[in-house]
Amino acid sequence: MTNPLLSISLWFSNLLTGWGLPSGLVAVILGIAGVLITCVFVLVLAVFLVWVERKVVARFQDRLGPNRIGPFGLIQPFADIIKLLIKEDITPNGADRVVYNLAPILALAAVLLIWAVIPFAPSVLGADVNIAVLYVVAVGSIGTLSIIMAGWASNNKYALLGAFRTVAQMISYEVPMVIALLIPVILAGSMGMSEIVNDQKIWFVLIIPVAAFIFLVTSIAEIGRSPFDLIEAESEIVAGFHIEYTGMKFGLFYAGELLHALTIGALFATLFLGGWKGPGVTLPYIGPFLGVFYLLLKSFLIYFVIMWIKYSLPRIRIDHMLAFNWKFLTPLALVLLIVVAILHKLMVTLEFSYILYIVIMFFANIVTFFMALNLVKNYASNTRKNLGKPPEVVVIQTNPKIDQPSPVTSNS
Amino acid sequence: MSVEMIIFLIIAVATLGSALMVVTTKNLVHMALWLIVVLLGIAIFFAMLSAGFLAVAQVVIYIGAIAILLIFAIMLTQRTTQEAGSSFNSNWRWGILVSLILFAGLFIILVNWSGISTTPPNLDSRASVADIGVALVEPNAFLLPFEFASVLLLAALIGAIYVAWDRRKV
Amino acid sequence: MISLSWYLIFAAALFCIGLFGVLSRKNAIAILMGIELMLNAVNVNLVAFWRYVNPGQITGQVFAIIVFAVAASEVAVGLALFISIYRRRGTIAADEIDLMKW
Repeated sequence: MTNPLLSISLWFSNLLTGWGLPSGLVAVILGIAGVLITCVFVLVLAVFLVWVERKVVARFQDRLGPNRIGPFGLIQPFADIIKLLIKEDITPNGADRVVYNLAPILALAAVLLIWAVIPFAPSVLGADVNIAVLYVVAVGSIGTLSIIMAGWASNNKYALLGAFRTVAQMISYEVPMVIALLIPVILAGSMGMSEIVNDQKIWFVLIIPVAAFIFLVTSIAEIGRSPFDLIEAESEIVAGFHIEYTGMKFGLFYAGELLHALTIGALFATLFLGGWKGPGVTLPYIGPFLGVFYLLLKSFLIYFVIMWIKYSLPRIRIDHMLAFNWKFLTPLALVLLIVVAILHKLMVTLEFSYILYIVIMFFANIVTFFMALNLVKNYASNTRKNLGKPPEVVVIQTNPKIDQPSPVTSNS
Repeated sequence: MSVEMIIFLIIAVATLGSALMVVTTKNLVHMALWLIVVLLGIAIFFAMLSAGFLAVAQVVIYIGAIAILLIFAIMLTQRTTQEAGSSFNSNWRWGILVSLILFAGLFIILVNWSGISTTPPNLDSRASVADIGVALVEPNAFLLPFEFASVLLLAALIGAIYVAWDRRKV
Repeated sequence: MISLSWYLIFAAALFCIGLFGVLSRKNAIAILMGIELMLNAVNVNLVAFWRYVNPGQITGQVFAIIVFAVAASEVAVGLALFISIYRRRGTIAADEIDLMKW
């Protein structure tokens, strides 16, 4: 069976209609069951992610990480969860109760909603909408909303300030992310995720690497991870918008952030690394499971790259961050979109062979990127040159031997 | 009562209730949050009307940008003490009267119009996003309104920055 | 099945609620939110007519997209004006900003 989901859902709906339920209600129950299964799967992954994060950061920092609780420290996330659950559930004085309690729920829900459109296997997909890429952007903006709710409802000036900065960063980085997301849409001819995966005979990261780079960088900024984590850094703004959150509410924010990073990995894998494609996914019985395995493998690879970036680079200041976005990433993304669109239309109309198409597109990407880097380099060196010119200073020195003051101009 | 009707009624009641909360709440940030619920309800209606692109565009544009902009503006223009007195101005009774008369008039017209169809015609293909794209750039279709909308957005961008520029700091 | 009149009556109700918000609120941002409700009601109207009368012709959806663009630019300029007024007058209550020149 190449379609396990369909078989299971048919059996279940036959069972339910056999019990006498109307068909509309059966459809609703099947929908809810599908949602529950996806959410449980993703949340179990999130628990596992806590362990992965702590072990990997430990290895980057040349230490062992948790290894006492369970073999290799595998029970550590459960210990963390129990600790968070038994903490006192506080709502600060003067905080807006409903909004304060709703914000972490919305933050985690916004991440879970993205998993509805990621294709796990050739036929295992939550919702096959033909606007899935734009849906991902829409759901990301709901996550942005939850942060400003959290910041405002905490009745705390640091939280509000942190929330403002976070939202400014997030809505600024949405612009090049949307433009970079349009580029695989142009190549595949559709916004639906399953069409984009099916169209990747050769992985898109080898055809349009600069778009993949822009998507990765902007997504890391969207989720607020280092090096863009000024918004929640303890030494800068005292933990930002989630300063007043303790216990499981903070746990929801924390798990939401880790899960968002894995979701970015899954999106990157789907859009640029071929999704569930790999050797053996068309075999009848083990095909779908192999598809899920390949997708998770690629997602965890990108998650590792995101962690690698986090634990190797220092923090970027907020004005540098915004300047990087508006002065480098957005023009680069726009120029890349125009170049890819023109080349794609030209090469498809003139019916170039596939190999020639890939080579030309790849070189166009690299050339655009290097031209952009050269522009930035020239701008930076010009700024540095003008900065390094010291003012001329006249120093009057009395030389005891000659006994005459002699003016000496010094350029220190 | 099909499932679709039940969903329609639930979403319609929720949206209209949230809209009433929008126009009656005193706390401005709560008002913005109720507005977000209304916008989500409208997005669900678009999805029910098979306009998938519009549903997602509604969430991206209205909730992701306009609602956040409204919340920012509320936080920047709130006085430190809450506004004393009612949130309604002195004409609120006339406001209710005009709204009710308008709604009654529209209701009577809509119920009695014979052009109301009960079943929607079939949608043939699912490729409606490509249709919208082609319609927006085809010279015979809607290229001119598209370009005008772009110029309008550019003018709004420049105008908003210029109007809100804080001249004391620069 | 849901007939077209259901959507149109819903849109009319939302429009009238928005109208009430515009006519009777003091705070300028609350008035702007009423305008947003009215624009959304119009959008629902347009898309409902597109779906029920002639879904083959994409005019309804394009009109709704142009309304999105207009609403977005209007909110941006309106809020910029409110922030500017707040800096000058310290208030954005609509019945306190009643002098054309002082």
